[in-house]
Amino acid sequence: MLLKQVPDTTAKISVSGGRVDESAVSKWSMSPYDEYALESALQLKEAGGGEVVAITCGPARAAKMLTDAAAVGADSLLHILVEDLSTLDSTQVQAILAAAVARTDSDIVFCGKQAADTNAGSTGPGVAHLLDASCVTMVSEVTSDGGSITAMRASAGGNERVAVSAPCVFAFDKGITELRRPNVRGIMMAKKKVAETLSPADLGVDTGGSSVSTKGHTPPLEKPPGQQFEGAESVAEVVGKLRDEANVI
Amino acid sequence: MDITVIAESSGDGLHPVTAQLVGAAASIGGTPTLLCAGGVGATEAASIAGVVKVISVVGDCFGTFDGGAWAEALNSVAGGDVIIAAASPSGREIAATMAAMRGIPIVQDATGLAPGITVTRPIYSGKAIETSTVTSPCAITLRANAFAAAGGGGNADVSTVNQSADVAVAVKEAIAKAGERLDVAEADIIISGGRGMGDPANFSHLNEVADMIGAAVGASRAAVDTWDEIPHSMQVGQTGKTVTPRLYIAVGISGAIQHLAGMRTSKYIVAINKDPDAPIFGVADYGIVATWEDALPALKVELGKL
Repeated sequence: MLLKQVPDTTAKISVSGGRVDESAVSKWSMSPYDEYALESALQLKEAGGGEVVAITCGPARAAKMLTDAAAVGADSLLHILVEDLSTLDSTQVQAILAAAVARTDSDIVFCGKQAADTNAGSTGPGVAHLLDASCVTMVSEVTSDGGSITAMRASAGGNERVAVSAPCVFAFDKGITELRRPNVRGIMMAKKKVAETLSPADLGVDTGGSSVSTKGHTPPLEKPPGQQFEGAESVAEVVGKLRDEANVI
Repeated sequence: MDITVIAESSGDGLHPVTAQLVGAAASIGGTPTLLCAGGVGATEAASIAGVVKVISVVGDCFGTFDGGAWAEALNSVAGGDVIIAAASPSGREIAATMAAMRGIPIVQDATGLAPGITVTRPIYSGKAIETSTVTSPCAITLRANAFAAAGGGGNADVSTVNQSADVAVAVKEAIAKAGERLDVAEADIIISGGRGMGDPANFSHLNEVADMIGAAVGASRAAVDTWDEIPHSMQVGQTGKTVTPRLYIAVGISGAIQHLAGMRTSKYIVAINKDPDAPIFGVADYGIVATWEDALPALKVELGKL
């Protein structure tokens, strides 16, 4: 189970000195798509056995998220410590995660379709290639009858039920199932669970020489204040403006 | 600079974003070769101005979607230093897999490109914009409607290459979307409802307006989470779809930060809400303080006059 800690989707993002100010982020959370993937991984374990290993690559603060994963049922935790992920390019992040998965001998990998910070979506397919595993993205559900594994994924025409064999990677969209909440016992047990912490070098991955370098961040362009109208009787005027001023209808 | 552009298909033809990918490739001094997976849209692709070559890649693997197989087949045909694809779900997966196969970095969801290669892209779903540089060779995916499309009138050579790959993802069953309604990710005009609609049955009023102007119907996360009748496929926002239509009409949506992140780059935004202090008015070009019960009938009458 590959997880990433990101600013909570309700958190404001502020830019200071040309960079996003991470210290101003009010709350860090597990990336929402990862939550659905974790739920599905736990359900698959409950139905068919096995063990869920929660893996993250990130700074020290991400340890809290691994504990959260343990509280809902992750069996073991692996933290690859990288203080600033923006210093790595996609090839390096994927190499780290693929090596971490290989170390755990996992044959089914769950992750989110993209993380809610960079919104990229490169990790699932990239890790799948490095592990010589098949990959299904936009997944909402995974089931297994012991042998083959079936996933539901979004497609251009609606949804598709697809079958794959392990090793495989499932990159999750928002799922259809309710997410479980940790109970008191889970939270107590999780506090005792210690994550194994490794460096990229421990996994044999070189973190020097990223091909991508961040030049800076800016806040989104502020729109000039719009025009405000009062009451339904103004609808005619607005429709007129949409036609004549904005030219959009 | 040789640039391989992965054509984006839509049904049996090209998706309009394909001409935008070509336009963006040319803007950084690239000479683009277009790859058409499964041969879809090859003739159309040849007429895009600036395309030097179209390669129609045909093989059994293109019958259903397996991003790994498609990437393998396309990768063995693709030359070039830079790979450009659309930041659609399939484009992202194919480009990411090709990048991993080549051991080159990928930057996803760019909204700006400059020679160098300098890439601009929204992060935190648009709550900030990041500028970075990436060295060639690399792969880059581009957001739809963020780049000027190349024109028509081109006359590129089309060659066909037979190239398949082993398919590992077997499609067992296709489940068609309920209804014929436009997808919010594809639509030029979107009308969305929030929890302020009071009841999912009231979305029928949004449907009626949508039918009059060819719009898709979207929803806020609050509406999707509250009502089972409103599917996640309609959700606009940070954990739903990010949209950039030319007109976005928000009805009964307060404007939570997650929702604004998904629609704030729409060209024009109309907000209808009874609460004059709703944050949605902060991003609206035209804000109407009214209940939807009053405003939607009026909107139908006015649109009917057009």
